[in-house]
Amino acid sequence: MAEIVVDNLTKVWSGSPAVDGISFTCASGEFTVLLGPSGCGKSTTLRLIAGLEQPSAGAIAIGGRDVTRRSPAERGIAMVFQSYALFPHLSVAENILFGLKVRRVPRAERDERLKRAAQTLGLTQLLDRKPAALSGGQRQRVALGRAIVADAAVCLMDEPLSNLDAQLRQEMRAEIRSLQRRLGMTMIYVTHDQVEAMTMSDRVVLMREGRIEQQGTPAELYDCPASGFAARFLGTPPMNLLPAAIGAGLLPGVPAAAGGSIGVRPERLRVGAPGRGLAASIEAIEYLGADTLLTLDAAGAKLIARTDGHARHRIGEVVGVSCAAGDLHFFDAGSGRRVEANGNGCNAPERGEGA
Amino acid sequence: MSRLRASIHASLLLLPAVVLLAAFTHVPAVRTFIGALYTTPRGNRPEVFIGLDNYRHLLDDPVFWQAMANNVWYAALTIPLSVILALVMALAVDARLPGRAALRMAYFTPTVLPMIAVANIWLFFYTPGYGLLDQVLGLFGVAQTNWLGSRDTALNAVIAVAVWKEAGFFMIFYLAALQTIPHDLREAAAIEGASRFTFFRRVTLPLLMPTTLFVLVNAVIGAFRLVDHIVVMTRGGPDNATALLLYYIYEIGFRFWDSAYAATLTTVLLAILAVLAAVQFLFLERRIHYR
Repeated sequence: MAEIVVDNLTKVWSGSPAVDGISFTCASGEFTVLLGPSGCGKSTTLRLIAGLEQPSAGAIAIGGRDVTRRSPAERGIAMVFQSYALFPHLSVAENILFGLKVRRVPRAERDERLKRAAQTLGLTQLLDRKPAALSGGQRQRVALGRAIVADAAVCLMDEPLSNLDAQLRQEMRAEIRSLQRRLGMTMIYVTHDQVEAMTMSDRVVLMREGRIEQQGTPAELYDCPASGFAARFLGTPPMNLLPAAIGAGLLPGVPAAAGGSIGVRPERLRVGAPGRGLAASIEAIEYLGADTLLTLDAAGAKLIARTDGHARHRIGEVVGVSCAAGDLHFFDAGSGRRVEANGNGCNAPERGEGA
Repeated sequence: MSRLRASIHASLLLLPAVVLLAAFTHVPAVRTFIGALYTTPRGNRPEVFIGLDNYRHLLDDPVFWQAMANNVWYAALTIPLSVILALVMALAVDARLPGRAALRMAYFTPTVLPMIAVANIWLFFYTPGYGLLDQVLGLFGVAQTNWLGSRDTALNAVIAVAVWKEAGFFMIFYLAALQTIPHDLREAAAIEGASRFTFFRRVTLPLLMPTTLFVLVNAVIGAFRLVDHIVVMTRGGPDNATALLLYYIYEIGFRFWDSAYAATLTTVLLAILAVLAAVQFLFLERRIHYR
């Protein structure tokens, strides 16, 4: 059991809070992604959990044990750094075994674990090399090797894929995910890439300005964003947010006077003949193969619609844009938070502490 | 044809440097080796080839052996002391502490000062009776000591000055090297459970090895080269207790004007330095990780 419980955690840097009273729980064996734009406090949160920073307030428990004041080594964690933090003067094998030697694990067991980790990660041929003689992806694997050889129940990762090229990143996403499942590690993974969050995680904790904006499964965040920010952060292209006065035109019977904004996902929009729904003109057409993105202008408000296959439209054409009742999301004008309306199955969304 | 032209061009480009190096380094060096095989020309007596007689004389010269022993002791103390002190100071001012900029400057100041000035300052520290050292020790009831005037303390006293002067210089190199070690290595090691000492021994020290080799080579050269303070403070005395090889060469060459014997001593000094440098490179090179 290695459940991680973060309770009301706060970190203040010279007066301004980087992490502002956040609470969340990662169940044992679960893959949790801390997601957010840069400066939202996600890396600080991870460093607090690792014990590399001391919290200003709040508590952290790992496996039911309060570790708030414990040193990093006492927390039973492994960590993969963004830069990989490999020791440049040590070979791959020595890098992987560094922690085991420090902890005085007997030699036979050390060798056994190294062999296993090297096989798992395909590093067997590279064990004698120095990090400088490895490619970015290979260094990444060594960093992973160092994390899994420790047999720690908890693994923390700080943007581990950000230094890799797109192709490799995609491969490593799948590999890290399957590794985590196979070893049953409790994983907290920091990223600003919503695709990584969507594809890898069991749970997403979306952060903004030191607070949790929303937490839940990727599907919950995608289908029922708790705020305009959450709605825009997940999904490519992001959710369309329209002023209520304009957005009301999408569907008859929507109260336009309510104020705030109305959101709808690009793939939920139906583009048809003018006269039905909201009148808009086509500004741009992006053909992506499987689908086509239409950039539309409706009375000055921009929105993007995703349509199947080849577009049958021309730039400048005027069309009618509509959607179904359950596809609309309503957000408050002042706070940007979700306003409950009906029909889209989001009546009891999970909320972050900031709600 | 074009190859010939290229090599002529190259030679011409190298010529100014070659001329300067030859005139001021190589020719004098060769002249020194040759001069060591002749007698010193004096007045109407021209120099005479005597083969290795100068070296035989050297083996029988008690002052040479005294200077040699002094220099070995001087090197054996100043090199490790100044290098270790430099590393300790660099680790201290690399840490996050208040006023570290001032501390760095304080450590580096001795390096900036001319050795002549440093020697004069220390001359005052060592003055028997009212010098700083005796005054402080006097508070604890220690009797007066003639630090520079006594055979027992003079050599160690000039060693202290050299260490004080050199450590700050070496510290700068260690400090620069320490700052190239990424901070997350320390964090990764902390998560693995490595103590600060383990991290220092297994990571910091190996990563500092290229710097250590550089500093060591410089320290060795310094131990045989730095004699300014001897000239100011003791002039090799009392009774040759602080005579170092280079100072002895200076005395032979420019006070007694025995240039042939000075050339012999110089050849020996150069041979010692060459052997030491070779040993350091061959021995340490294999154990060093260069980035």
